Amino acid sequence: MTALQNPPRVLRVESLWQRGALDFIRSPLAMVGLLILLSITLAALFAPWITPQNPYDLMQLDVLDARLAPGAHSAEGAYTYWLGTDGQGRDLYSAIVYGLRISLLVGVGSALIAAVIGTLLGLISAYAGGWVDALVMRLVDLLLSFPGILMALMILAWLGKGVGNVMLTLVLLEWAYYARTARGQALVESRREYVEAARGQGISRWRILVGHILPNCLPPLIVIGALQIARAITLEATLSFLGLGVPITEPSLGLLIANGFQFMLGDEYWISVFPGLALLLTIVAINLVGDRLRDVLNPRLQR
Amino acid sequence: MNAFQQDVRPATLEVRNLSTSFHTRDGVLPAVREVSLRLQPGQILGLVGESGSGKSVTGFSILGLVDAPGRISGGEIIFQGRDLTRLSAKELRHLQGNRIAMIFQDPMMTLNPVLRIDAQMIEAVRAHSPMSRREARQHACDTLASMGIASPEERLRAYPHQLSGGMRQRVAIAIALLHRPDLIIADEPTTALDVTIQAQILGEVQKLVREQGTSLIWITHDLSVVAGLADQVAVMYAGRIVEQGSVDAVLDRPLHPYTQGLIDSLPSRNQRGQRLRQIPGMAPNLLSMPAGCAFAQRCSRASSACSELPPAVEIEPGRSLRCFHPAVYEAGAAHGQ
Repeated sequence: MTALQNPPRVLRVESLWQRGALDFIRSPLAMVGLLILLSITLAALFAPWITPQNPYDLMQLDVLDARLAPGAHSAEGAYTYWLGTDGQGRDLYSAIVYGLRISLLVGVGSALIAAVIGTLLGLISAYAGGWVDALVMRLVDLLLSFPGILMALMILAWLGKGVGNVMLTLVLLEWAYYARTARGQALVESRREYVEAARGQGISRWRILVGHILPNCLPPLIVIGALQIARAITLEATLSFLGLGVPITEPSLGLLIANGFQFMLGDEYWISVFPGLALLLTIVAINLVGDRLRDVLNPRLQR
Repeated sequence: MNAFQQDVRPATLEVRNLSTSFHTRDGVLPAVREVSLRLQPGQILGLVGESGSGKSVTGFSILGLVDAPGRISGGEIIFQGRDLTRLSAKELRHLQGNRIAMIFQDPMMTLNPVLRIDAQMIEAVRAHSPMSRREARQHACDTLASMGIASPEERLRAYPHQLSGGMRQRVAIAIALLHRPDLIIADEPTTALDVTIQAQILGEVQKLVREQGTSLIWITHDLSVVAGLADQVAVMYAGRIVEQGSVDAVLDRPLHPYTQGLIDSLPSRNQRGQRLRQIPGMAPNLLSMPAGCAFAQRCSRASSACSELPPAVEIEPGRSLRCFHPAVYEAGAAHGQ
């Protein structure tokens, strides 16, 4: 009734995640990254609807259109190649959008699978201790002590090309990062008092590990996940560029860059440069988001 | 008094000669040695001692929460006729949180920071009762309300960091009460709270314990809490119980010099301006304990006899003591008068 009355107290129910999301929005750079990432993902998802041709349906290609400069018209005059064409007369814009599909699938897919496997192994390691822990962690040390690209080349030389094989290789390389972080975090968390309290409530060890400890380990794992997606995409592009990655029937950005590489010293720079720019944009966007996630979710930086 | 007046009801908890030690790199650390306790249904025992006296480890041992490098090295813990030291991990887990519950010291730390209160309470309920999530949530809500928590629905939806310290400890206590346990072990649960909140929580716990016939072990270093709350008190020093008995008897007529020292070191209004009396010296290092009475070095009444370990003597039914030189009171005279 009067101005002296206290306003009704509203209990704000916000989780750590919600607080993190609010913090995230405060960085304009990260929001730009997120926006780019979102549009790239949407473009990749809806590739057939937003591209003028399916670049890998040979029926739709016209060899007469090969190596056209950006902005050139097709021989039949039906459409404009805004980003030019490659050696087989593919519309580069379409090829890039389709290439993004494979790159993102390989990057995100392998990072997610590696995250699940690595986190599980890390948690089991921390939980079991003893020789299981020693075995898993020495394996992690072994994997991390080799340069990733070298390991990947060896594995792929043995397995052969293909999207599935590339993903398998990337998973084999990446799970170790998650395992090491998950184990360390779980060991720290398992000494916290809420774990003792949960044990005092008669909750089984496995339930405590998955239901109580894992949620507390997630923030650093998410950060690693974001950065590992970027790493996986670059690694896949490198492997494809070197001719050990995906086959020409399922081209990724790396393969597109490799295809145009022979024309780089001629005047047809666009065949390599535009896929390269697309790759660069994707990686930068993911890293912007990943860096911000690290700042927001890092418990040491939390105010 | 004669032997026939002894309480013959079956005890909820009977601890006999419990010893717990920690095997560290520097040697074996005997944290708890030959502790014996007896607790009737509905009784409240105050377990008193300074930091490192073994009172918390005693509580953890009873609940089976002692982890490597620590282990129970001897004795029996009879809870409702079963020896807890002989139970399998699964049988023990069936009792933990269900028939025996624990309340921890720091409410900041004992609730999982990333889970909402309802998630934590529902899990605690469902660990022992086959309830649906909806029923479990309702039960959690009712239990919060019985702890005197206003708008329990709202609290259930909150995260621990959104609650005040007192509120968090009430939630922790409500979790302990979920299954109406027969025994609650409270490890200094009000130490981190301010005095008014402490008084409220003590009052509510006392009420609930009396209503439900729960036995309670209240571990504390605060004698004034024990005086107001407990029926029985056990005083621990360097891993051993040095004096045990009813609260009235022990606090009014302390026999062990350490108990006397504890009571004398409490600041009181009557002694304003005087220097507080403190017990000289420091508690011994548990890794290199003297052979005899652990308190002898700090004791004004120590004699050559104290180089041997005084046995626990039951001087009256329910009143025991480990001292060769207990205080002597004239008939009718109480300590401190």
